[in-house]
Amino acid sequence: MKLELRGITKRFGTLVANDAIDLVVEPGEIHALLGENGAGKSTLMNVLYGLYDPDEGEVLLDDKPQSFDGPGDAMEAGIGMVHQHFMLIPVFTVAENVALGQEPTKALGALDIAEAKKRVEDISERFGFNVDPDALVEDLPVGVQQRVEIIKALSRDARVLVLDEPTAVLTPQETDELMEIMRQLASSGTSIVFITHKLREVKAVANKITVIRLGKVVGTAKPDASTSELASMMVGREVGLTVEKSSKQVGDVVLSVENLAVLDDRGQRAVNGVSFDVRAGEILAVAGVQGNGQTELAEAIMGLRSALTGFGKITIKGSDMTGSSVRQVLESGVGYIPEDRTSDGVVGAFTIAENMMINSSYTSRFTKGVNINFSARRKIADELVKEFDVRTPSAETLAGKLSGGNQQKVVVARELSRDVDLLIASQPTRGVDVGSIEFIHERIVIERDKGKAVVLVSTELDEVLALADRIAVMYRGKIVDIVSPETSREQLGKLMAGVAA
Amino acid sequence: MSESPDRFSQALKEILSGGFTRTVLSIILGFLVGALFMIGSDKAFIESLGYFFSRPGDALGAAFAVVTEGYGSLFRGSIFNGEAETFEKAIRPLTETLRLAAPLILAGLGIGLTFRVGMFNIGGTGQIISGMIWATFVATRLELPFIIHTVVAVIAGVLGAALLGALTGFLKARTGAHEVILTIMFNYIMFNFFNFLLKDPLLLGEEASTGNAKADPAAASAVLPKILGDNYNLHWGFILALAAVFAFWWLMERSTIGFRLRMVGENPDAARSAGVSVERVYILAMGLSAAFVGLAAANQSLASPLGLFPSAHANIGFDAITVALLGGSNAPGILLAGLLFGAFKAGAPSMQVFGVSPEVLGIVQGAIVLFIAAPPLIRMLFRLPPPQTTSVLSDIRQKLMRRGGAK
Repeated sequence: MKLELRGITKRFGTLVANDAIDLVVEPGEIHALLGENGAGKSTLMNVLYGLYDPDEGEVLLDDKPQSFDGPGDAMEAGIGMVHQHFMLIPVFTVAENVALGQEPTKALGALDIAEAKKRVEDISERFGFNVDPDALVEDLPVGVQQRVEIIKALSRDARVLVLDEPTAVLTPQETDELMEIMRQLASSGTSIVFITHKLREVKAVANKITVIRLGKVVGTAKPDASTSELASMMVGREVGLTVEKSSKQVGDVVLSVENLAVLDDRGQRAVNGVSFDVRAGEILAVAGVQGNGQTELAEAIMGLRSALTGFGKITIKGSDMTGSSVRQVLESGVGYIPEDRTSDGVVGAFTIAENMMINSSYTSRFTKGVNINFSARRKIADELVKEFDVRTPSAETLAGKLSGGNQQKVVVARELSRDVDLLIASQPTRGVDVGSIEFIHERIVIERDKGKAVVLVSTELDEVLALADRIAVMYRGKIVDIVSPETSREQLGKLMAGVAA
Repeated sequence: MSESPDRFSQALKEILSGGFTRTVLSIILGFLVGALFMIGSDKAFIESLGYFFSRPGDALGAAFAVVTEGYGSLFRGSIFNGEAETFEKAIRPLTETLRLAAPLILAGLGIGLTFRVGMFNIGGTGQIISGMIWATFVATRLELPFIIHTVVAVIAGVLGAALLGALTGFLKARTGAHEVILTIMFNYIMFNFFNFLLKDPLLLGEEASTGNAKADPAAASAVLPKILGDNYNLHWGFILALAAVFAFWWLMERSTIGFRLRMVGENPDAARSAGVSVERVYILAMGLSAAFVGLAAANQSLASPLGLFPSAHANIGFDAITVALLGGSNAPGILLAGLLFGAFKAGAPSMQVFGVSPEVLGIVQGAIVLFIAAPPLIRMLFRLPPPQTTSVLSDIRQKLMRRGGAK
């Protein structure tokens, strides 16, 4: 099916999220929609999916104008969407999940499970998905769950398939398999819109690339365009994609983790017997597919999550910090960049200046007895805003009004301006624009060169390879191996899938 | 880390971020609603409706007359009585307003504090009673020198309330029980406990017991002194309120303690990541909140010439919620809101003299806060732009609501 978006404009108050966007996706085409976070990709797709009414412009399918009043209409018209976060019910089987919402029934409304299974099998066979309709979704690996989402869309006769950042949760091997599936679907005539900010994948699979920046289409490109060309189109200027890094000069052990075990929110063992050391002047990257215990590991080191009693020991600069409070850990000289910036990193309703002091409100350069030292705070905040290139009218602007990248710079500025010996950086560049990624990477390397120990938790292989001095790969709560950054992507991918070297 | 953000505190935040325009519009609308009730209950107006189409002027005239007279008597009863013989008598209503506003301001500060921390303290009544028990005990059972007696009694009132508040915070932090439920239950417990204490002369009851639930008036050495001499009832409670307003402002806007309180209110997850013990802040916030309420309790205990009855809480705990909401939970706002509602209390009797039921004022008070707390209604009435949102989730929710459920 041919999809055409014509002059789509969507405003939120004074903010123009989409500005007269034109996009044509031919039948059987894989069309990559490339853009930084906040460029307007998701808004555009929500217009397409009937979640937003566009202020101007129209959506056409096979040259016929459409008007969707909600996702239901869009689905009926043949548009399927696979969200970044899966909309599956874990305790249902694959067939039940696929049938949900349009269940085949027999007489008296009884569910026709056999028919539901057959649907799954048909689609699975046609595209070589290799999915068992009777398997419980919660038992399936993430990559297969994603295939279930695709099957769900296809079973509703989707002829335009939108994949929103589909590779964020996948191992490199799963990513390759997904790309194969995308090619197959395209060759059977399905049009695919592939939303991403990962240049490598775009070049590997797309037939055509549309780049969006600040709500506008800034250009189209062929997949044979060079990576740096695409990156500068996306950011609007030249970007260095590699980080300059001198060889490491390691010092004493700063953080030592021994046989640590941690439970997640559901009471499952998320971290299971993890041990490693980090020395001053090195970056240890904790790599792995999302959800293999890295988050819980970082939280346990920070004291946000308690280690299982009787297990494990966390030592920071020689003193035992197992069971310490977050405040004790922070005050022992640890900087923390939390994984989820909006929920844990900044207080959106506070100004930038206030955010600079949220973890040093007890006794610090920001305080005078129990009073806030307003003049010092203003001065420090102004300096940090300048030094860390936070794009804002002033340090008195509410942090919630900043873009993701600038919010992250506020967090990074706060943590790096404290006098710390150990930096725990959890996904420091997630949802951050390419320009800011470059900047944050440089700052992390500078800290390491100053002799600080850095633990970098990241699911982005590119980031890990760019920064790490050693790479610890986690799988199902365990460190599979600690390897050097010269290890090949393929080898890392195998480790991330749990195959020990 | 945490699950969905508390919808309750989200709504609260929106209500408190109301802004000046909306507050003023709400007050005006509240008075209009009150005017409608006055007109509707006016005899002359209802009679003139019978011949409305032949002489509509009569009905409009009657309506105008009752509203101007009603609100005029409110003004004369609460601010300045131009009809009085002497100037001293003419400004007496204003001093009454200040006197009655003091406990509303004090308790309003307490409730407002919890709003700022993202909590809802419905337990003003229980806390004020707890404070009154302690303050009354000191004021009627101990013998201390002048001034010292008053100071000790005030401190006792603050402690009595603060301990109950802190207990509530502790239960919330420890067990995860919601503070709304806890505080409502403590209201029941404290009210009946107070009643029990007042009935027994060996406990808090009158020493010359008449069998009624009632306490002795505070000892002369413990009474809050009058400010303007014996011609006026205005006492030091109002000075206490002004000092508390200043203390609240310093605490919330200038101190590092208030900084952490606000941090937890705005984003508890970020506060936790920043090394703040959210649980401890809950306990501290409820304790501090109740401490302000305890000042209102001392005001009640130490300035009541007749001694306390079980009803001495005078519904201040609940009125304080409306004061805090109208005042946007900040110090100057609560001062002004407390004065407004204090004026209502002061003016109610003179409205009654004029023949307008003072219940109208309760309606006005409720309507004002309703308009404040119903921002979409105000936005709709005045066609104000909706708050900007780029949240996909809220849009999805809206769509689903419009379509009557998920498809």
